[in-house]
Amino acid sequence: MQAIQTTKLVKRYKTLTAVDGLNLEIQQGELFSLLGVNGAGKTTTIKMLTCLTKPSSGDALVGGFSITKHPEQVKQLIGVSPQETAVAPNLSVEENLALICGIHGFSKQKTKQRIEELSGQFGLNTVLHRKAGKLSGGWQRRVSIAMALISQPQILFLDEPTLGLDVLARHELWKVIRSLKGKVTMILTTHYLEEAAALSDRIGIMKSGNLLAVGTVDELNRKAGVDNFEAAFVAIVEEAAV
Amino acid sequence: MRMLTFAKRCTKEILRDPINLAFGLGFPLILLMLLSAIQSNIPVSLFEIDKLTPGITVFGLSFMTLFSATLIAKDRESALLQRLHTTPLTGLDFIIGYMLPLLPIALGQIGICYLAAIPLGLTVSINILYAILGILPMAVFYIALGLLCGSVLGVKQVGGICGALLTNLSAWLSGVWFDLDLVGGVFRKVANVLPYVHAVEMEKALFSGVFHATLTHIVPIVFYCVLTTAIAVFLFLHQMKRQ
Repeated sequence: MQAIQTTKLVKRYKTLTAVDGLNLEIQQGELFSLLGVNGAGKTTTIKMLTCLTKPSSGDALVGGFSITKHPEQVKQLIGVSPQETAVAPNLSVEENLALICGIHGFSKQKTKQRIEELSGQFGLNTVLHRKAGKLSGGWQRRVSIAMALISQPQILFLDEPTLGLDVLARHELWKVIRSLKGKVTMILTTHYLEEAAALSDRIGIMKSGNLLAVGTVDELNRKAGVDNFEAAFVAIVEEAAV
Repeated sequence: MRMLTFAKRCTKEILRDPINLAFGLGFPLILLMLLSAIQSNIPVSLFEIDKLTPGITVFGLSFMTLFSATLIAKDRESALLQRLHTTPLTGLDFIIGYMLPLLPIALGQIGICYLAAIPLGLTVSINILYAILGILPMAVFYIALGLLCGSVLGVKQVGGICGALLTNLSAWLSGVWFDLDLVGGVFRKVANVLPYVHAVEMEKALFSGVFHATLTHIVPIVFYCVLTTAIAVFLFLHQMKRQ
């Protein structure tokens, strides 16, 4: 079953076409990565799919609901961890998690239960009562993803989740993302080729608003006629430039 | 429920910022004591405690603009607002959630100023309560002005414009520090067109029990309150759409 289906999705900003007729299908439970250089259209795609910005034309179904006609229903189904840290700095980690539960209308009992579950899953028990703004970048990112998950979304959007993190923090976060595989449909955007290759079921390569290729790492390697993913990525992107 | 959850979060963010407390509460209290001390040495009728206190409370309210504008601008600059825009929160939830927590904070600030003025010789009567409640539309004006500024300005700009320019302008044009008739001319006319001096005069009238005198002042205050709120709501929803 499809979690996301886009049909000729376009986003134009005056003279710039950020996303140009995107047709994409993502299956339920899949971890799909959008990969591309700066300005490829990855974040704009995520913004449209999460109802942050309206498409100039085309449409997408997210969890069966149209992003243009039924954004309220879409927002009930999704969780988003934005590119930058998105925590309330003067609130404790626990209060940040409770904030999202409250916004989704959870009862006190369910809020308590979800905080306990997520704290265990993300190893947040030691920092639960500390102000989120005082935590390191890695911890804040972890809290940010926990906030995106606490409402039990069917579809989770992770926009550059490991950007700016050191190697150890990145690998810690990878563990967390891997632990979610199969339970939640995840759409991840990243600059890091090794991250996409290590985590994804399938990868979509974007450039200048166009989706150049979609497939597993092996499929993309075969398509480019090379035996490593970095070479495949470069070949696919350069071929589009010719 | 959603809106109250968000409002609760905004309250915590504001009250846990020590700079907010220092400026919002500390500064008006220091001014109240300083000007009272000047008055006791060099008597100036403008600084008599019964006249000074209403003025100081109106000046203190100008910090509500700084609080709300800073919070909104910070949320916009961080990705928190972006995250919240992907949740079921509606535009109305955001607007009320940002504005509502500042009303009890404003009430508390005015109340503390009046309490601090009692040992300095303030006349205690039921009129204090009327003065506090009567100035609430002006509090809404200042809070809405913060929503407006926070929707269009960045954090640094908010610091300069709301923290320095607007607080000083509202103080000069309110007649708290000096009698506007002494300056006269265009300055006096401009001050009369704006709501600040009317807020001070109305609160003075309520405090002294001359209730009929409030009528000429309430109209411009309500007019600016409604106008600023309408513009602020429009600009907030516009930036929400742009985000």
